[in-house]
Amino acid sequence: MKKSQFLAGLRAGSSIAIGYFPVALTFGLLAKTAGLSIIEATAMSIFVYAGASQYMSLSLIALAVDPILIVLNTFIVNIRHFLMTASLSEKMQPAPKWVKAFYSFGITDESFSVLATSKNDKISTPFAFGVTLIAYGSWVIFTAVGHVIGANLPLFLQAAMAIALYAMFIGLLVPSMKGNRKVVMLAGVAAAIHCVLYFSGFSAGWSILVATLASSIFVEVIYAKQGKNAEAMFEKEEAV
Amino acid sequence: MGPTYWWMLFGMALVTYIPRMIPLTFLDGKEFPPIVSGVLRNIPYAVLGALIFPAILFVQEGNILFGMIGAGVAFLIAFFGGGVMSVVLGTIGVLAVYSLFM
Repeated sequence: MKKSQFLAGLRAGSSIAIGYFPVALTFGLLAKTAGLSIIEATAMSIFVYAGASQYMSLSLIALAVDPILIVLNTFIVNIRHFLMTASLSEKMQPAPKWVKAFYSFGITDESFSVLATSKNDKISTPFAFGVTLIAYGSWVIFTAVGHVIGANLPLFLQAAMAIALYAMFIGLLVPSMKGNRKVVMLAGVAAAIHCVLYFSGFSAGWSILVATLASSIFVEVIYAKQGKNAEAMFEKEEAV
Repeated sequence: MGPTYWWMLFGMALVTYIPRMIPLTFLDGKEFPPIVSGVLRNIPYAVLGALIFPAILFVQEGNILFGMIGAGVAFLIAFFGGGVMSVVLGTIGVLAVYSLFM
């Protein structure tokens, strides 16, 4: 039972592993061009394990920015994980604190999305380990590979694989959207707010955080006011 | 890069781990009033919306069409019941063909 949950987790996480492959490969290559050794580059993927902030740190290192500012920037980019792990805490199977503290290291935008949209009522600990382990393994291994071989994938394939993580997000979202207007609204409102903030020049980290929180609260308040009456809700939406 | 790099790495690791670890380890979801629980349960879908859009349009620099085709293909495969893996591989496949011939 436990083993099958772990395997199910590995399977659910395998699309993350595929999506990380080109991103990690490119990170390894860029780290090399920024002057990091293979040990330094791979260590960053092992200990930090956060795609966007790792990329940003490379450009900041290249600009010789104060390391303290790089750390601060990393924090700002990753604050949004507070929201995700708070949301996830409701769905996780009870487990000792040290176990949760251990696998929480593996929570990224992607593993969060896979875990939070899984159909299980409660997410079992072995399942969480499976999802996070395969994603983490892919990230670390392909960082090192990227540093060694460079991004030697054929160009057309590299270009196509850049879509992988977004395709995965869509693959996770669309089944939940079917016949569920609340999910459609949540995603749509968050996307709209993010768009506005993004084009107003806010950093991606902040605007994802703000858009997610604003959409989740806005939609919840509307639902709390309107009850579950879909018709009334729809009219209300148009009036707004 | 020297010792400064490793101190920076330590700092980055710490500030990345804290927001992941603290809520997941110390909350169990029972302490919230219903409205807060409701908001927390909304977060996955709102996050997905914000993560997908508008970033998907910019996966290829200077070519919004590329991202739009990817989004369309992924949506169709997912809508007609393809699993996540088929969505990912199918979208990569279509865009690989597109990149080869464009």
